[in-house]
Amino acid sequence: MLTKRIIACMDVRDGHVVKGVRFQQLRHAGDPAELAARYNVEGIDEVVILDITATIESRRALADTIHAVAARIFLPLTVGGGIRTEADAAAAVDAGADKVSLNTAALKDPALITTLARRYGSQAVIVAIDAKRRGDGFAVYVRSGTADASRDAVEWAREAEARGAGEILLTSMDRDGTLSGFDCEMTTAVADAVNIPVIASGGAGGVEHFCEVFTRGHADAALAASIFHSGTVEVSALKRYLREHTIAVRL
Amino acid sequence: MIALIDYGAGNLTSVRKALTALGAEYATPGSPQDLSRFSALIVPGVGNFAATAALVGPWREAIAAAVRGGTPLFGICLGMQWLFEGSDEAPDVPGLGLLPGRVTRLQGDPQHRLKVPHVGWNALDFTRSARILASLEPPAHVYFTHSYAAPVTDACVAATAHGERFAAVVEKGHVFGVQFHPEKSSDAGLQILRNFLSAARGSVARTGGAAAGC
Repeated sequence: MLTKRIIACMDVRDGHVVKGVRFQQLRHAGDPAELAARYNVEGIDEVVILDITATIESRRALADTIHAVAARIFLPLTVGGGIRTEADAAAAVDAGADKVSLNTAALKDPALITTLARRYGSQAVIVAIDAKRRGDGFAVYVRSGTADASRDAVEWAREAEARGAGEILLTSMDRDGTLSGFDCEMTTAVADAVNIPVIASGGAGGVEHFCEVFTRGHADAALAASIFHSGTVEVSALKRYLREHTIAVRL
Repeated sequence: MIALIDYGAGNLTSVRKALTALGAEYATPGSPQDLSRFSALIVPGVGNFAATAALVGPWREAIAAAVRGGTPLFGICLGMQWLFEGSDEAPDVPGLGLLPGRVTRLQGDPQHRLKVPHVGWNALDFTRSARILASLEPPAHVYFTHSYAAPVTDACVAATAHGERFAAVVEKGHVFGVQFHPEKSSDAGLQILRNFLSAARGSVARTGGAAAGC
């Protein structure tokens, strides 16, 4: 049986892991390669490196960080942040990334999804969607959550799939950093609209939130950052909890 | 020395890193003629079966000849699918045909939210003991990412279910294959790679022994 995936995200700036609360107020949280190695021992299923300042400051994901992490863990590794062109994606893949995550660039140039899917396969292309509730829908934001893209998350996720995306990484901007739980309604809306896996992100505060998003939220995977970094939630304990609640996980 | 066949289907960085971590010596042969100097072959690959068209012709002949001569072969993901007769994904491209059967598209199961592609960690159901599965304890979980899969036949030593059951691991003599990515499957995946390296070394030792006997 296909298990639900637990993904640790490392928001990286200048080679260090940081975590923003509502995309601001960054604080230092550790060395990426050391943290990744710790997660591997704890049983994490996947690791994401997000170069959080790349879009705004026009910096590309740091190849050194990718290389250092990929040398320590033999798990699927995704890199996002600052992937704007085919060359950016190639640099990340060459450094050891298995997947690249496109956000702002995919909205600006949707053909990039298809280009990368043709070159590396759909399994290597994640489209990341940052969205917040607006009326009955979910408004997509770009440029690290600073600009309204005038798109609806469900409709954009469908288009991304049609263009060749292999997975959707859906972040609730309303919940990000709040520790109040994933936005299960938004996750369900997107997960039920596409046939590719949806990774829920934003708001994880405790083990029960993962349980919720895998059941009520229809998520295929769930991503968190700060609670794993700080040790508030330990990955192995989280997985035992999920198994006790009859959710299939890799132990 | 292991030959890591690079035919342009996906990135080999991960496989290289895993082999390096396990202390394996490997190289990427530049031409089919080079294959004879390698003691084992790995055919990796991600993506569309059509990509294996690059292997049609001299590469296919050289790989088939090496395997006939006793060289162990390990196919990973697309490389495993290529061991079969062909795939519905690219009907005009022949497989290597070492294993009977044809690769077909996974159907998934929308009612139970089983999506295609099959992406993530799934369990191996061991169907019989095999060298490639040595030291693995069930239920071993490994990382898959694929839309097409090979049938469960006599060569299948571990199956996985995603709506339907398909061959996750195959072993027939010195031909091995895995549908998942051992280089991305943490400890379980590294153990499988280690098992292939052991099989490859065993094969070299046997060949050496036979030569000494002559």
